[in-house]
Amino acid sequence: MSTHTIVALVQNRPGVLNRIASKWRQRGFNIESLAVGHSEIPGLSRMTFTVDGMTNDVDQVLKQMDKIIEVVKLSDLTEHDMVHRELALVKVAASEQQRSAIIDIVEVFRSKVVDVSAEALVVEATGTEEKVDAIIEMLRPYGIKELVRTGRIAMTRGSVNPMAVDPTRFAQHRYRPAGEGKAKVGSLI
Amino acid sequence: MTKMTGAQIVMECLAREGTEYIFGYPGGANLPLYDTLPQYPQIRHILVRHEQAGAHAADAYSRITGKPGVCWGTSGPGATNLVTGIANAWMDSVPVVFITGAVVTWLIGRDGFQEADITGITVPITKQNYLVLDVNDIAETIREAFHIATTGRPGPVLVDIPRDIQQQVTEFHWPETVDVPGYDPVTKGDSGQIKKAAELINEAERPLILAGHGVLISQAYDELRELAERAHIPVICTLLGLGGFPGSHELFMGMPGMHGMYWNNIAIGEADLVMGIGMRFDDRVTGRLKDFASKAKIVHIDIDPAEIGKNLHPAVPIIGDVKEVLRELNPQVVSARHDTWHRRIQDIRAEHPSITIPKVDKVLPQYVIKKIYDLSPKDAYYVTGVGQHQMWAAQYFWGDNPASFITSGGLGTMGFEVPAAIGAQFARPKSTVWSICGDGGFQMTLEELATVVEYELPIKFAIINNNHLGMVRQWQHMYYADNLQSVALFQPDFVKLAEAYGMPGMRIIEKADVDGAIEKALRHPGPVLINFEVEQHEDTFPAMPPGAALSETVDTPTYDGEYEFMPGTGSREKVRSQ
Repeated sequence: MSTHTIVALVQNRPGVLNRIASKWRQRGFNIESLAVGHSEIPGLSRMTFTVDGMTNDVDQVLKQMDKIIEVVKLSDLTEHDMVHRELALVKVAASEQQRSAIIDIVEVFRSKVVDVSAEALVVEATGTEEKVDAIIEMLRPYGIKELVRTGRIAMTRGSVNPMAVDPTRFAQHRYRPAGEGKAKVGSLI
Repeated sequence: MTKMTGAQIVMECLAREGTEYIFGYPGGANLPLYDTLPQYPQIRHILVRHEQAGAHAADAYSRITGKPGVCWGTSGPGATNLVTGIANAWMDSVPVVFITGAVVTWLIGRDGFQEADITGITVPITKQNYLVLDVNDIAETIREAFHIATTGRPGPVLVDIPRDIQQQVTEFHWPETVDVPGYDPVTKGDSGQIKKAAELINEAERPLILAGHGVLISQAYDELRELAERAHIPVICTLLGLGGFPGSHELFMGMPGMHGMYWNNIAIGEADLVMGIGMRFDDRVTGRLKDFASKAKIVHIDIDPAEIGKNLHPAVPIIGDVKEVLRELNPQVVSARHDTWHRRIQDIRAEHPSITIPKVDKVLPQYVIKKIYDLSPKDAYYVTGVGQHQMWAAQYFWGDNPASFITSGGLGTMGFEVPAAIGAQFARPKSTVWSICGDGGFQMTLEELATVVEYELPIKFAIINNNHLGMVRQWQHMYYADNLQSVALFQPDFVKLAEAYGMPGMRIIEKADVDGAIEKALRHPGPVLINFEVEQHEDTFPAMPPGAALSETVDTPTYDGEYEFMPGTGSREKVRSQ
């Protein structure tokens, strides 16, 4: 068992996430994290997700996923030299007296305070999951009121790009972004 | 440019795709489609009596003609009734385009009357599905649906169109080309891999071919035959591969696996090369995987990359269309003889003839099925249900007519036999079509006798009636200490039932009457039903226990008396009754 970081370029159309999730569900996998957003190519979204499993089992699901029509490109980055990051927003209880101690912690982790109120601070932390875990543990004694994490996003280092696609193939394509010019039933994902 | 309604666009697209038949059922959400039927007389709508039947009919039609089947139904229950039929086409890789009416767009997601999220429901059992929300998208969507259904590894595609979209009017534009980014099925095999495969074949001393449905789908009959003859390789056909290689050919070995020929299951364990051609090493074929073909190198040819390495790891995987791959492979294969290997298999066959029928007074089910094969014309088509009769039908099928054995393999859908025979008869109106039915399966879809009679389809129904869910009874008998639960079936009078639908029926309880009934049915110009009341407790052998290895297959028990039928070696003539 190991954690696999999988990235996929998918057409930005209704139901795509359902199709992808269905393949993992059918094989009994639990998706540990999932992050989705636009990619460098208009009309294509990029997903990063992490799953725990045996390489062979994960490969089987990836092959099934690759058969989804809307999945344009797919790669398991685990074996690649990659950069990966996660972003967390942490709302920490902070009285006036505690504020400076918390800000010290935030600075050590090169994170940011993005909101201050009388009883709380919102900290924005970016980094590897380990770094995010560490700052959360440091903040926990003060009382974490709310926590949200994006899940991992990843790409390969340097010029290696297993996700390269020919953008011209998509430029002319009829698919409009979901909802454009039509009744919005369901959304992208 | 002509203005058309969405429904007219659907029909126009179907016509341009060459659709001959739509198997369907009307309802509130697809009424606009029915409204346009008179404008398209070249497309014939076949009214079935249940949507599942329409799906199976389109499925069988497609398997025989090689063309995509078309089936439609209304929203909600109409769509959900299709689900079993869609799953059946999905498991057996059959290109069927399903069109469902959906509730009007403003009711979608609001639990409208007869609403079902059919695109959500069918995600895991379709190759692709669409909910069309703009009338301007219909033409491209239908075009794309046919393209995706029929290319690569074929499969069902569903298009769900709300009623209001069917009614809206727009300019019709026929897309001349289809461009689906992200969908590029590979058909040409990798030349390096093909060369490696040729080397393995040329080195092999005990090669075997396991030919599957892919041979039929890519119509690689000649190429498979050339390969087998050139390298002198015995050809084993999987359940869905039957009809992909001539049964009368001396290299044909019959079916492998759970109820396959004993000699095949042993030979697979002794082979030094196993070539899986257009098949997926299904559990019913391989038995316990870790013991499968343990002395063999595996060459696996399949068009679906996801099938490679799914169940076992081949020495040489080749992704591509069977026909294209074999065309490139065959010239690299050196002509060879493997007489010692063939003699070895013949020896196992002589010792374990597997398909033997003892001479007894009782009406044995396998005897009836064998007689149907022997007495029917060579270009007949056979459709089966699922269970014991299906396995006997597969075991005794040694015919030459390509794609003439139609059965539900992957999903194992009881009730397939009645509606699939309807599709088969529409595909081959001039040929004899036998529906070999189980008494259980027949009762699942017998409402289609109305369709049969209405469209004057001369289908011959043979109910192999052992008054039980035979295969379940056999499992309870063999693996659950004979604790028979819910397997004995109360039955209607099948003859009266046939007559009630307006077709003749016969009840056969004596062995002496079997031939006469089959001949009478074949002579009758219309549909006929024969209720063969057969021995109730006959088990299907050979039988590999669930979870066992092929080598643990239990062979057909030996019998002390005379045999009605004992297979010879090789040709169909010898396999025929002696």
